[in-house]
Amino acid sequence: MILSVEGLRSGYGRIPILAGVTLQLAAGEYLGVLGHNGMGKTTLMRTLMGYLPATDGRVALEGRDITRATTSSRARGGMGYVPQGREIFPNLTVMENLRMGLVTSAREDLGVIEEVLAEFPRLKRLLDRRGGALSGGEQQLLALARCLCTKPKLILLDEPTEGIQPSIIDEIVESLLRLRTSRGIAMILVEQNLEFIAALSERILIIQKGRITGELQPHQLNDPELVSEFVGMATA
Amino acid sequence: MDLGIVLALDVLNGIASLVLLCMGLAIIFGMMKVINLAHGEFLMLGAYATVVSANAGVNIWIAMLVIAPLFVGIVGIVVERCLIRFLYGRLVDTMLATWGLSLLIVGLVTTVFGNTINGVPTPLGGFAIGQYRSSLYTLFLVAMALLLVGSVWAVLRYTRYGLIARATMQNPNMAAAMGLNPTRVYMVTFGIGAAITGLAGGLLAPVSGIVPTMGGAYIAKAFITVVGGGSAILAGTASASALFGTINQIAAFLTTPVFGEVILFISAIVLIRLLPQGISDRYFRRSL
Repeated sequence: MILSVEGLRSGYGRIPILAGVTLQLAAGEYLGVLGHNGMGKTTLMRTLMGYLPATDGRVALEGRDITRATTSSRARGGMGYVPQGREIFPNLTVMENLRMGLVTSAREDLGVIEEVLAEFPRLKRLLDRRGGALSGGEQQLLALARCLCTKPKLILLDEPTEGIQPSIIDEIVESLLRLRTSRGIAMILVEQNLEFIAALSERILIIQKGRITGELQPHQLNDPELVSEFVGMATA
Repeated sequence: MDLGIVLALDVLNGIASLVLLCMGLAIIFGMMKVINLAHGEFLMLGAYATVVSANAGVNIWIAMLVIAPLFVGIVGIVVERCLIRFLYGRLVDTMLATWGLSLLIVGLVTTVFGNTINGVPTPLGGFAIGQYRSSLYTLFLVAMALLLVGSVWAVLRYTRYGLIARATMQNPNMAAAMGLNPTRVYMVTFGIGAAITGLAGGLLAPVSGIVPTMGGAYIAKAFITVVGGGSAILAGTASASALFGTINQIAAFLTTPVFGEVILFISAIVLIRLLPQGISDRYFRRSL
């Protein structure tokens, strides 16, 4: 197991959001987490990344307890984070954003950036552009590419399709599927876009009111009744 | 004609002094949003470090260019570890804490060195412009200000530390997700800001009377320049220093030095009324 989470609780101040989340993630596995707004998806990601302290429970990365570890030591331990809203560095160029992915390596190996750019050819002609001047979709690709430069073993990907043009969504799906075979990176994907989550995930956990309440196979997302029963989510 | 050259030199000197005075403060405020009210005391410590080591027989250049920044840089790191790091994101609290710190430093220095004026002789001597005389040290200060602006720019633009500092300033949470420890970046940045302030104190030591309370004479000027400059550390400090330095010196030339300061502060108030976000947010938004 690359990541194992047991009874994880956290929240904002005195408001509890996560009420005991338990999940296991195998190396190289793509796991989807599906749920309504306000069910705790982003809180789960932020707690896993160490931005919010866990009030109870345990998180282990490759068997090592990281429940109390800082964000930066989790990142150095192989966790990559692509947050909701992308959060690229707006006043750095695309190249500088990517170089930030290399800051913890002793020597800045630009070959790593070359390799990552091969996965995201669209970014190649934008290298001198300011991150903030990119379109939403391009920023999402940049956030993913920057994360890959840190050579993560596990990526936490939070709502990557939010507000992004469909052509880039397809591009992201293809890149992520390629990465699974070429690099063996594991991923936790939080989404509301059923098509996207079905295309990428090997299994899908349902989160409701801060708990994991069920598990679906990707093909089951094609069944609107089943989805609305599990998620309480209306499908188009 | 000669008078014109003298006046031009005065203006350059005024601008250079402001740049030296403000750079450390601009770095600490611009990158970390900490309002360091002990900035004047950091200057004073740099000046004292220079005087004490020069009087102990150390070469004056080493005293002001090496010992002053080194000593104040170390003081800065100690202050950051013991005080500032608990207060990030709490603007008003940092003001109170650093104000208290400034009183403490003034008290300590007064206890150790007494409330007397110290000084070091101005090195380099003077030169003649027609019937007027000017000091070579003025030109040296101008050169140091240029060098300082150039080096800060080069470090921010071209080095890995510069990249790290700019990224952490924009989004500390994402910098942490890249594996960086933002608190370390803050500590180093605070230390560098303090060291630059110490350097300024050392450089200004030969041209100012050195007393424990000398920081108070500089702090208001330094703050209005940084606020007038806006969020871009370099473009803001340089443009605001150029503007206020020129106004100050020309007004002092036309009236008296005291009125020069008054007019400087009035023009600062007008500027901040017109451009509340500072010069750089209006004209140099993309700059460093």
